[in-house]
Amino acid sequence: MNKEMLQKTANQIRKDIVTAVYSAKSGHPGGSLSAADVMTYLYFEEMNVDPKNPDKADRDRFVLSKGHNAPALYSCLAEKGYFPVEDLKTLRHTGSYLQGHPDMKHIPGVDMTSGSLGQGISAAVGMALSAKLFNEDYRVFTLLGDGEIQEGQVWEAAMFAGAKKLDNLIVIVDNNGLQIDGKIDDVCSPYPIIDKFAAFNFKVIAVEDGNDFDQLDKAFNEARLTDGQPVAIVMKTVKGKGVSFMEDQAGWHGKAPNDDEYKQAMEELEKAGEA
Amino acid sequence: MAGKKIATRESYGNALKELGEKYQDLVVLDADLAGATKTSTFQKAFPDRHIDCGIAEGNMMGIAAGIATTGKVPFASTFAMFAAGRAFEQIRNSIGYPHLNVKIGATHAGISVGEDGATHQCNEDIALMRVIPGMTVICPADDVEAKAAVEAAYLHDGPVYLRFGRLAVPVINDEESYHFEIGKGITLKEGKDVTLVATGLCVSEALEAALMLEKEGIDAEVINIHTIKPIDEELLVASAGKTGKVVTIEEHSVLGGLGGAVSEVLGTKCPVPTLRIGIEDTFGESGPAAELIKKYGIDAESICRKVKEFV
Repeated sequence: MNKEMLQKTANQIRKDIVTAVYSAKSGHPGGSLSAADVMTYLYFEEMNVDPKNPDKADRDRFVLSKGHNAPALYSCLAEKGYFPVEDLKTLRHTGSYLQGHPDMKHIPGVDMTSGSLGQGISAAVGMALSAKLFNEDYRVFTLLGDGEIQEGQVWEAAMFAGAKKLDNLIVIVDNNGLQIDGKIDDVCSPYPIIDKFAAFNFKVIAVEDGNDFDQLDKAFNEARLTDGQPVAIVMKTVKGKGVSFMEDQAGWHGKAPNDDEYKQAMEELEKAGEA
Repeated sequence: MAGKKIATRESYGNALKELGEKYQDLVVLDADLAGATKTSTFQKAFPDRHIDCGIAEGNMMGIAAGIATTGKVPFASTFAMFAAGRAFEQIRNSIGYPHLNVKIGATHAGISVGEDGATHQCNEDIALMRVIPGMTVICPADDVEAKAAVEAAYLHDGPVYLRFGRLAVPVINDEESYHFEIGKGITLKEGKDVTLVATGLCVSEALEAALMLEKEGIDAEVINIHTIKPIDEELLVASAGKTGKVVTIEEHSVLGGLGGAVSEVLGTKCPVPTLRIGIEDTFGESGPAAELIKKYGIDAESICRKVKEFV
């Protein structure tokens, strides 16, 4: 997919995210929007996956360790063809298969149940280890929040991945700088993130603008060439990216837009899509 | 066979080694306790399929979950305290909720850990594990049962918690005739006056207590409940209906373990007077295992005395 197509797809996914959260009257738009571009890149450019055969053994895996970005994951999966886009409006509704956090038992294309922060990366490490043990060559991608890396388990998993040289593992950190209680460096700073992953024997690739497809393309191509150690892609992003009043606002971490806000958000995204 | 004693953690290591030969998709994880959990027995035979995760139990459970999603069968091992205790939430959310095919081999359960003391004596694991929906909880009584349980756990599709002990315990089952089935209790001795329901190392203590009680004119039925979840309701209800009095015996807190599970069943399906023998609502302490078993009242003599008072 070329850059223009990726941008158009990401814009559609942003509309899906906002619509799903609006329909649910709750959920997490901020981080979903900051990660919309990298997830679009993964599902429409980078990963070897097939929506017609979601469980094929040699597929690449994706674990959304920051499970509260479920609206972004579901929107990617729906646009990719795993299930009807229309179903996104049932997000978080009683009886819907689209649970508030990813549920691998009921949602086609979800490789791991997640939502309790810090746990997804361990499962991703397990998948990568299994590929090594049984000589399979798929890769495993996992997306973490920059607040999430305050969880100690993330560093247990990182230590293991570095020690066992799992070069089929790509950890992505969505460094939008905000968590529920405010700026990550005010709450309990996880910085320097790049140095930390380097200290755990990762090849670290810093991305200045994780909402730019050229930069993402360069980073993932570099990751593909890395041998003998796991990769961490630490990318600066803007929380709420694409919806002006949500951008860089911690308050939009976990809140649904009201009718007027929804209307404005969709107008902005429509306009961006035409550009 | 008489007089032979083996710790169920030894049985676990031996069973893993045998199964490793038979099943190529079996992987063993440990958290720097391979010598103590006895997964080292497997490690010597299959070094490539034994992964030491270091001292990071929460991560180990997540790794096990990830391996299970790829269709392989991981056995994750550490002490009961650090499996059911420290890694409770990882087991609940990353293994239980997605119902992944992970086997948790928890050794050093209960007070028979001995000298290490209260920090390492997990008397709460059965309670913690059995409240997780879809989790199977097994607590074998001896070597024969433990080895059979490990293979049954491998063959079962879904998460299983296996509880093993550090202390060498008598072999009470005959390997030739023994049959293990998940969820099926075993009546070891028939009786009419009271039902003794035991699990783990308390099964042999209960059998010995039943012999003592016989001398006192009390005819006790003895049931081995190796699977605490799903529990054998049918067997419990039938026996309680026959004897009219039930005593549960376990090396675990009297709250939420075997006694809790049995009381939940009988309370609704066959209410009878019930006595729960186990570790009272307290922490353990350091000391030789055999002395602690006596001090905390789960040895045959204590059981005999408590049952006499109860009936």
